[in-house]
Amino acid sequence: MGYSAAMQREMPTGADHYVRDAADPRMLSRALGDLAGGWRLRRLAWALAWLDTRNRYRGSVFGPFWLTFSTAVMIGGLGLLYSTLLKLDLREYLPFLAVSLILWNMIGQIAGEACLTFTNAEAIIRQMRLPYAVHVLRIVFRNAISAAHSLPLIFLVFLLCGRLPGPEALLALPGLLVLGTCALAGALLLGMLCARFRDIPPIVTNVMQLAFFMSPVLWKPELLGEGQKWLVLNPFYVVMEVVRGPLVEGGAPASIWAAAILFTAALVAVSALFFVRFRARLAFWI
Amino acid sequence: MAFIRSDAMSVEFPLYHVGARSLKKRLLAGSSARLRDEANRIVVSALRDLSFAIGPGERVALVGSNGAGKTTLLRCLAGIYEPVRGRLEMQGTVGALIDPAAGMDQEATGRENIVLRGMFLGRSPAECEAMADEAGAFSGLGEFLDVPVRTYSAGMGIRLAFAAATLMSPQILLMDEWFLAGDADFMVRATERLERLVSDAQILVLASHDNAVVRRWCTRVIRMEGGRIVSDLPVAEHFAG
Repeated sequence: MGYSAAMQREMPTGADHYVRDAADPRMLSRALGDLAGGWRLRRLAWALAWLDTRNRYRGSVFGPFWLTFSTAVMIGGLGLLYSTLLKLDLREYLPFLAVSLILWNMIGQIAGEACLTFTNAEAIIRQMRLPYAVHVLRIVFRNAISAAHSLPLIFLVFLLCGRLPGPEALLALPGLLVLGTCALAGALLLGMLCARFRDIPPIVTNVMQLAFFMSPVLWKPELLGEGQKWLVLNPFYVVMEVVRGPLVEGGAPASIWAAAILFTAALVAVSALFFVRFRARLAFWI
Repeated sequence: MAFIRSDAMSVEFPLYHVGARSLKKRLLAGSSARLRDEANRIVVSALRDLSFAIGPGERVALVGSNGAGKTTLLRCLAGIYEPVRGRLEMQGTVGALIDPAAGMDQEATGRENIVLRGMFLGRSPAECEAMADEAGAFSGLGEFLDVPVRTYSAGMGIRLAFAAATLMSPQILLMDEWFLAGDADFMVRATERLERLVSDAQILVLASHDNAVVRRWCTRVIRMEGGRIVSDLPVAEHFAG
């Protein structure tokens, strides 16, 4: 049986024929079917993401723009402090810091929420058969919406500092694609791991905190001097740099791109292996 | 034609919440051969070796005490849990009314929840809006339809859930008996709608405690105990025995 026929069966409704045989689990085609089904229901995921965003800021006047304000204050404050500490020109440092902080907020928030991808969707998962991929899309869409509220800040800072990037900034788009792929694969993997082992979320929080200081978010990679060449091994840095480089430094070196793509591929592979192997068990873990 | 066929289907729940789930235990267990998974994992056999076939036109009641496995079986038939052993084959579109409040967003309005429900079923936005109007009229919620669900009374919540849940017309209808709650006036209308839903469906599987409900809606009774089928009889014989 071809994949298309297998996917047909995975429709949440309308699938007429449903077979589950423990002796013939067909893990791969069912995992692929789940992903395809999730993509078909992307509008649902988008609607859920909007609902989440609205509910989170219900009753507040500025809503998600509070995030924009707090990021702006953070950029201003840290910009003044660190440009002095690191003896950098503020107009040079501020665009770097703005892009760094906004990207890091995005990465950190996705990592935190990814842990709850499936545990928070418990009520839905136990009630109806829905592709698990819908819950993953929901988390990523929700974070994309939230990040979009801070993006205008980048342009504001660029304007204020008189450092509008040239056309090479368009390279940030494939960079965002890399980041988005990592977010999808990460939300799937962390969501599954955290559903199974409830100790993982605090570990993730700690790792992210450490990664914030260990990665060049506040400080520029040049400050490491000789040690800079090891930075390419830091997955957070390379994935961040393929977006930040084109915006701030006129592009990222090929080695960074290669490392980012390699790391993303590895994450996708691990996440896919987990999903294929444990998809059917997920409902029991929730 | 719709059918359900289960061959020696078993489902086991590892009960992680009881204490086997933590990473620490897992890591410590890895270091000693005696404290392996089997030792500290509690496995509940929720369904054991179920074999049955349900054909078109059958109205099946699942009866049994609490914990007999009725809801777990419904969840298997809904495709939520997959069999750990054995085989399950089904033909026909499936609609599950297992938990009225599930999938309801408490902060969203009644209308938004119905639209969301439509999207869960994979419908287009236009269809969802039409569904919302229909469900709004049916539930009799009036202006409350545009107010967040968390402000609803329990009865209103059930009415909305019922209206939203019965928007489909599946060939195989799986139902828990929650629909019996609700005020009398609403139940008259609800019964009408249920009758239509049931008569449109080719197969009904209903988990129930209530003999009156079983007599009224079903033609066949499967009695479960401890995850096994203990009897499977036509409704008349079930009550005769």
